[in-house]
Amino acid sequence: MIIEPRPSVSVLRAGLAPVWAILAALALCAVLIFWTGTSIPTAYFLLFKGAFGSAFAINETLTRSIPLIFTGLAVAVAFRAKFYNIGAEGQLYAGALAATYFGTGMITLPPVLMIPFLMIVGALAGGALLIVPVLLKTRMKVDEVVTTLLLNFVVLLLVSYLIEGPWKDPMSLGWPQAAAVIDEGVLPPLLAKGRLHLGLVIALAASVLIWAMMRFSVLGYEIRAVGYNAGAAEFSGINVSRTVIITALISGGLAGMAGVSETAGLKGYLTLDLSPGFGYTGIAVAMLAQLNPLGVIPAAIFLSAVYVGSDAMSRAINIPTYIADVLVGVSVLAVLCSVMLSQYRVRWRT
Amino acid sequence: MPVLEFSGVTKRFGTLTANDSVSLTLEQGEVLALLGENGAGKTTLMNILFGHYQADEGTIFVDGKPLPPGSTQAAIKAGVGMVHQHFTLAGNLTVLENITLGTESLWSWRQETRTAREKLADMARDYGLAVDPDAQVSELSVGERQRVEILKALYRNARILILDEPTAVLTPQESEGLFAILKSLTAKGLAVVFISHKLHEILAVSDRIAVLRRGAIVGTLATKDADRAQIAEMMVGRAVTLPRLTPMEPGAAMLEIEGLSTTGGGASALRNIDLTIRAHEIVGIAGVAGNGQRILADVLSGLKGDFAGSVRLHGKSLAAGRPRAIVASGVGRIPEDRHARGMVGDMEVWENLISEDIRSREVSRWGLIIDRKRATARAERQIAEFDVRCEGPDAETKLLSGGNMQKLILARALSREPSFILANQPVRGLDEGAIAYVQNRLLEARQRGAAILLISEDLDELMALCDRIAVMSHGKLSEALPTGARTIAEIGLMMAGQDGDRQAA
Repeated sequence: MIIEPRPSVSVLRAGLAPVWAILAALALCAVLIFWTGTSIPTAYFLLFKGAFGSAFAINETLTRSIPLIFTGLAVAVAFRAKFYNIGAEGQLYAGALAATYFGTGMITLPPVLMIPFLMIVGALAGGALLIVPVLLKTRMKVDEVVTTLLLNFVVLLLVSYLIEGPWKDPMSLGWPQAAAVIDEGVLPPLLAKGRLHLGLVIALAASVLIWAMMRFSVLGYEIRAVGYNAGAAEFSGINVSRTVIITALISGGLAGMAGVSETAGLKGYLTLDLSPGFGYTGIAVAMLAQLNPLGVIPAAIFLSAVYVGSDAMSRAINIPTYIADVLVGVSVLAVLCSVMLSQYRVRWRT
Repeated sequence: MPVLEFSGVTKRFGTLTANDSVSLTLEQGEVLALLGENGAGKTTLMNILFGHYQADEGTIFVDGKPLPPGSTQAAIKAGVGMVHQHFTLAGNLTVLENITLGTESLWSWRQETRTAREKLADMARDYGLAVDPDAQVSELSVGERQRVEILKALYRNARILILDEPTAVLTPQESEGLFAILKSLTAKGLAVVFISHKLHEILAVSDRIAVLRRGAIVGTLATKDADRAQIAEMMVGRAVTLPRLTPMEPGAAMLEIEGLSTTGGGASALRNIDLTIRAHEIVGIAGVAGNGQRILADVLSGLKGDFAGSVRLHGKSLAAGRPRAIVASGVGRIPEDRHARGMVGDMEVWENLISEDIRSREVSRWGLIIDRKRATARAERQIAEFDVRCEGPDAETKLLSGGNMQKLILARALSREPSFILANQPVRGLDEGAIAYVQNRLLEARQRGAAILLISEDLDELMALCDRIAVMSHGKLSEALPTGARTIAEIGLMMAGQDGDRQAA
C-alpha cells in the first residue's frame, strides 16, 4: 500500500470529505445496530424520522443545535490559533452562572437591552474563565489542554455548590436549581409551537460574524498566521501572545453565550444538567466543520440530529441511546481520516 | 552491462511532469552526479527507484533485470541503498541497533548481535568507515551520523548507493571526508549516485555528470571534460550572470551599533559589539553558526528587544522589539529560515506579502479590515517585479519552490526600497540560478544606496559580495576590515576564536 500526496486538492473534494466521513460512520455503526438484532434500514429510518420527520422533530433538532453552534464556534476559533481549548463545557457554565447572577432579578431592563446585556455578561464570564489558562500558556508554556479541561470540573463543582446552597431557588420544591431568569431576559420563542428560541438567530449571526472576522479582518489574519506558523507570524511583527490571548477570550466568550442561551432560552433556570456535554461535543462539531465557522452550522445540526434522532429511535426499538455517542465519535474519527484522504491518495500495489 | 538503468521513466503529478522520459545508466565503480536545480526532478527520480513512487511510464533495470515498481523491499533486495538528506536514524539507539534495525526477523527470539558486530567490523575495515558500534547515535556528530547511514545501506548488501544532497549538513572538512569514503567504495566496485546542486562538489567527486532540467535529462558528460560555467548554463537553461562588486564610494552612516550586549544564551550572547554600515556598502559577518549571529539578527529585525548599548538607524534609535516599526523605518529583513520565519506556508502568496505592513493604510482600512483588492494588486506587481514563478497572488505559498519562496521574501523586504537590509543566510539551500538572482538583487540595492549587513557561513560568498568583512566568535565581533585585508586562512582562525588580527600584526 502506498500513500502519496495528491498534487492538487479540488475544492469539491475538500468539501465532500466530511460527507464521505459521515457515510462511513453510518456504515460502521450499522455493524453495532446489526448486533442488536434490529434491521439496519429501520433503525436509520427511525433515526432520520426522529430528527427531521415532523415539524416538531425539526424544531427539536434545531433547538438542540443552538448550544452546539456556539461551542463548535468556540472550539473552531481557538483551534485555528492552535490554542486547544477543551474547556468549552466549563465556559458554558460560566456563562450560565453570569446569566443567573445578573438575570434573576438583580437588574431589570427592557428585553431589547436585557437580552444583549445577558449575552455580553455571559460572554465575558466565559472569556474570563480562560484568562488563567491562556496566561499560563503564553507566560509559562503550561499546556492549555490540561488547564482548560480541569477547569471544567472546578466550574461544575462551583455550580453544584451554588445551586445546592446560596443560589438555590426556595420555590423549587427542594430540587437543586437556581431561580428563574426574569421574563425580560428570556429569549423569546421563534415559533408558536415548540421550544425553538431566539438563540438560533444569535448563533447563526455569531457564525457569520466569526467567519467574516477570520476571512476579512486583520485580527482574523493574525489568528490564522499564528496558528499556521507562530515563528513566521512573530517575525512579521504579529504579537503572538496577544493574539493567542484575544483568541482565547473570543473562544471563551462564544462558549459562555451557549450557557446564556441555554439558561435564558431553553431551560429558564440554571441546573446541573443544563449541558449534557455540549462543550465536549463542540470539539466534534469543530472537527466535522474542519474549523470553518460557517461549516459549524451544518455540523452542529447534523450532530444535534444524531442525538435527537437516536432518542426517538431508542424509544421505538430496542437500541440504547448510547449509539448516538458512538456515531458522533466514529464520525469525528472518520472525518480525520477523510481529510487525510482528501490530501493524500492510497494506491494498492499492483 | 550497466548495474542500473533508467529507461524512459516518466512521472506526472497532475499537470506537472516531474520526470519526462528519463533514460540514464550507471556503471559499476563510478560516481554519477545527478545535477539540477531545486524542483528539476532529482529526488522524484530516486523516489521512483526506491519504490516510494510508481512511474507512469518506463522501467528501471538493475543488473539487466527489471525492478518491480513501487516496492521499497524489492529495491533493497536488488542492492539499492539510499542515504536521505534528512537522516533516518533513531537517536536513542546505538549505532549497531540502528544498523540492524529492520533486518532481523520479527519472530527470532534474540538479536543476532555477534554476527552483526563482525559484519560491521569487516565493513568498517574494508571501506574505511570507522564508527563505534556501541555509541549512542544522539551523541554522534553530523558527519558520523552520515557514516552510520552509509553503513546501514552497506549492511543490507547495497551495491548501488544513492546519496541525496549529502553535503547539505556537513562542514567543508566533513565533506572532504565523505568524498574520500565514496572513492574507497567505488574502488571496491560499488556504484554511487550523488545528488547535488553544488557545482564545485560535483566536479570534485564525480566521474560522470547527468544534468536534469524540468524533469528531463539535458545532457550527460564526463566530469573531466566539464566546465563550471557550461554546467551551470545546462542546469539553468540560460547564461548565469555571476554577481560582481563594483567599487563605490560609501555614503552616510545608515546603521550604527555601539556597545551592543545581551544577556543569557552562553556563547551566543552578544558582547559589546560595535559596527557601522554606510550607504552603498555591504558588510559581511563571517562565523560558525551559534556564535551570536542569530541574536544580532534578532535584535536588528525586532524579535529581541532587551539589550544593552545603542543601535541607531540613520541617526534615530532603533524601535527595539517592534518588527513592524523597524520595517516602517526603512529596514528590509531577510530571515535565516524561510520556512520557520519567513513565510506562512499555509497562507496564500498575497497574504504573505502583506504580513509586515498589514495595518498600514496601503493594504487595510483603519488597520482593521484587509483591503484585499489593493493587497492583491500590489502582490501582482511584486510577483512580476521579482519574477516569482507561481500561479498568481492566490497560490498557496507552500507549493512554491525554495528559490521562488526566497524571491517572495525579497519582494516583501525590498520593494519598499529599504535603506538598511539585513540579509541572514539569504542564499542557503538555493540553486545556482536563484543564488545569482538574490545576490544581484542585493547588489542593486547597494547601488541604489542601501546599507547591507550580510550574515553568512559561506566565506566564498562573503568574499565575492562584501565591501568589508567582520568575524563573529563567542558573541564578539571583530573590526570590519575591507575584503582582501585578511586572507581566508586568517578569517578561519578568527572564526575559531583566535585573534587573527593580533597574530597578523
